[in-house]
Amino acid sequence: MIRRIAWASAVLSASWAAPTIAGEDLVSSFTLGNGMQVVVVEDHRAPVVQHMVWYRAGSADEPKGQSGVAHYLEHLLFKATDTLESGELSSTVAANGGKDNAFTSHDYTAYYQRIASDRLELMMRMESDRMVNIRLTERDITTEREVILEERNQRTDNNPRALFREQSNAVQYHNHRYGVPVIGWRHEMESLDMGDALSFYGTYYAPNNAILVVSGDVDPAEVKSLAEIYYGAIPANPDLPKRLRSKEPPQTAARRLTFKDARVAQPYVQRSYLAPERDSGAQQQAAALYLLAEILGGGTTSYLANALQFDQQIAVYTGAFYSGISLDDTTFSFLVVPSEGVTLQQAEDALDQTYTDFLEDGVDAEQLDRIKLQLRASEIYARDNVDGIANRYGRALTSGLTVADVQAWPGILQAVTAEQIIAIAKQVLRPEVSVTGWLMRDEEIIQ
Amino acid sequence: MMGFKQIVATLATCLLALPALAEVKIKQVTSPGGITAWLVEDHSIPFTALELRFRGGTSLDAPGKRGAIYLMSGLLEEGAGDLMAQDYAKALEALAASFSYDTSKDTTSISARFLTENRDAAIALLRDTLHLPRFDQVAVDRVRGQVLSGLRSDAKDPNDIAGRAFSAMAYGDHPYGSDGKGTIDSVTALSRQDIIDAHGAVFTRDQLYVGAVGDIDADQLGALLDTLLGDLPDTGATIPGPATVTIPGGVTVIDFDTPQSVALFGQIGIDRDDPRFFAAYVMNQILGGGSFESRLMTEVREKRGLTYGVYSYLVPRDLAAVYMGSVASANDKMAQAVQVIRDEWRSMATKGVTEQELQDAKTYLTGAYPLRFDGNGPIASIMVGMQVQGLPIDYIATRNDKVNAVTLEDVNRLAAELMDPEGLHFIVVGRPQGLQTSN
Repeated sequence: MIRRIAWASAVLSASWAAPTIAGEDLVSSFTLGNGMQVVVVEDHRAPVVQHMVWYRAGSADEPKGQSGVAHYLEHLLFKATDTLESGELSSTVAANGGKDNAFTSHDYTAYYQRIASDRLELMMRMESDRMVNIRLTERDITTEREVILEERNQRTDNNPRALFREQSNAVQYHNHRYGVPVIGWRHEMESLDMGDALSFYGTYYAPNNAILVVSGDVDPAEVKSLAEIYYGAIPANPDLPKRLRSKEPPQTAARRLTFKDARVAQPYVQRSYLAPERDSGAQQQAAALYLLAEILGGGTTSYLANALQFDQQIAVYTGAFYSGISLDDTTFSFLVVPSEGVTLQQAEDALDQTYTDFLEDGVDAEQLDRIKLQLRASEIYARDNVDGIANRYGRALTSGLTVADVQAWPGILQAVTAEQIIAIAKQVLRPEVSVTGWLMRDEEIIQ
Repeated sequence: MMGFKQIVATLATCLLALPALAEVKIKQVTSPGGITAWLVEDHSIPFTALELRFRGGTSLDAPGKRGAIYLMSGLLEEGAGDLMAQDYAKALEALAASFSYDTSKDTTSISARFLTENRDAAIALLRDTLHLPRFDQVAVDRVRGQVLSGLRSDAKDPNDIAGRAFSAMAYGDHPYGSDGKGTIDSVTALSRQDIIDAHGAVFTRDQLYVGAVGDIDADQLGALLDTLLGDLPDTGATIPGPATVTIPGGVTVIDFDTPQSVALFGQIGIDRDDPRFFAAYVMNQILGGGSFESRLMTEVREKRGLTYGVYSYLVPRDLAAVYMGSVASANDKMAQAVQVIRDEWRSMATKGVTEQELQDAKTYLTGAYPLRFDGNGPIASIMVGMQVQGLPIDYIATRNDKVNAVTLEDVNRLAAELMDPEGLHFIVVGRPQGLQTSN
């Protein structure tokens, strides 16, 4: 058994002496005269293109008191423009056999279409049009506000886990907008109006605040000439504000919360820590945190699963999570779902003890090697999905990173040492920056 | 992230006949040992996606053993041969391969992805998984705990509550009428022997379908198939007969304290091999087929703001066909949403669709189909789906012609025959104002 594993590792390691990012050779990037950045990822296996525009504007860029306006505006961008009827963009995409959608996060808002590659020009014409030409009616404002409130019902209010996460996140951030949900607080969503939406639009929707990401069966030179025609014609917004957000003060007190809801069937413990994100030119700490999450809670062979699910059998599920793509400080978090008959206190104590044991044991070298090997393989598998690679660039470039940072990331991950992983754990996972939450059934008694 | 439009991936994609790109060249391969597979060679990336599907799914559970096949499929990754669960997982990680398992009412599937350079080692491990699963008692108990935790969560999830109520109403005592995950009682009572029996019931050559896409040629695939599958038994459990579908028109309200009501609605459906299927498929696209322009989305969301998403979908399973839909709406709005949907159902039955709607639906459906063929794994899965449905190997080239051949008369005749506004039943979970159980 051991021999087979060692043999397989040796073969793989030998053949990938120099890990490269998936599709790096297929990625080109350039900037238009008005400041709009463009990234192209080629894949000529099928005559399909994905056309995306990402704005460096998300819910964390919203004015105070208008939470949800970034996402609300995203909905409203499917209404009329000077040249398109309300809904015409989507119906035109559909009539051409394509699919379209959009999404909003704390740091970005993105719009995309997937369609036959010979329709790229039509997509650019419509997408560039709604960058600056939307025309809203009061009826749009009223009806679509009902829709986003139903969306909040569906995603959050009908789901105790989502409500718990929302409360926990609000407690994690004292002063930064990441503590406010992307969908918005209900009472603020209810008062969003035409002025709020148009103000956000006028401030942030401009070519010098946008990134065009095109992937699939396209020629970068052709993308460039089309982009110059449709996006290049839009003047830059000279008044685009800098993304200066209120920063977190030093966090000096561990926080706890309990959330009770009759709809909870499976209680669990969750703990998050404020953690540094990937910074341009300085991604080493984030890489160590990424590997720390994999080692502690990345699946069946992880340290937490081994201790809590296999050895002690006190948890039905364990996990550790770190998302490094973020403009400002992000979080590192743990989740422990206790087995039947195990209390949340016992689960939390076991998590603490296991983490303490981990710091004493140090990183298992074989486990780290396996994780690095899988990361190298993931770059091969990623080439089968260039839209996924395109999304990677879109998220990174709206979160303060550069094309060079994205391409350096796999190599930086491979270079992380066991010692660096332990060091970052001790540096970041401190009680003072943590929030520990218990999700409980309504009738449960706190221990 | 907040999505603008919710995508209904669940049923809508798998039931539709599987279309494709003209460039997808499928070869039928028969191994020296007599196992057939469909293959698309693509040597541009050094890995292969392999999709195995066994007909029967959770409907093969033995009497009194509900949940055995679901639990068994969850135990396949918990050790094989000499390797107990964690060593097995380490071996898989060291190969950088992935094997995943899924089971539905009609099929059990294994989706594998492995690199060319260690293909033989990956297949050896998958062979052990299929032929020598350990089903250690400790693993059975651990995974059983996970399944029970999931069942307890389902019992408080309005969508699951609605789904179970609808199945029980529509299919009664047939296996389709109950949750394939089992119940707290049935899963608690399962023994290790029950799991071994479930394994023997499912993985047999007479129910096997295979698709492979990627960096592998026909000879290599043939040899692989014999190694991996040649020693499977010829036959296993008998697939149950067709289900009798019983859906009385009306409304059932299930009380659940939550701000937004969730509804599943449905009526008798249409079989995949019914000559009218394509007409029904096009009609559903117009009514509520998931695009933003559908009548249901226009009427319920765009005009009235009653929901974030409303969809309808044909569900032609192996043993029964229903026509279903879903919507979620605040408790004070659900009654209106139900009324609007029922009105649209009636309007479709009596007035049908317009020529413009038909043309738009056809352009969308025929244009969108190449978008599905976006990677080795998805193509392998689509090819297996085609085989399970009994579609010919050249189906891809003819599928759009079938869509385009549907006439306005076909759709409107079908709509009049199929759509049954009085027979439409809504299961509503929540506290909807102004709605009561009707019978």
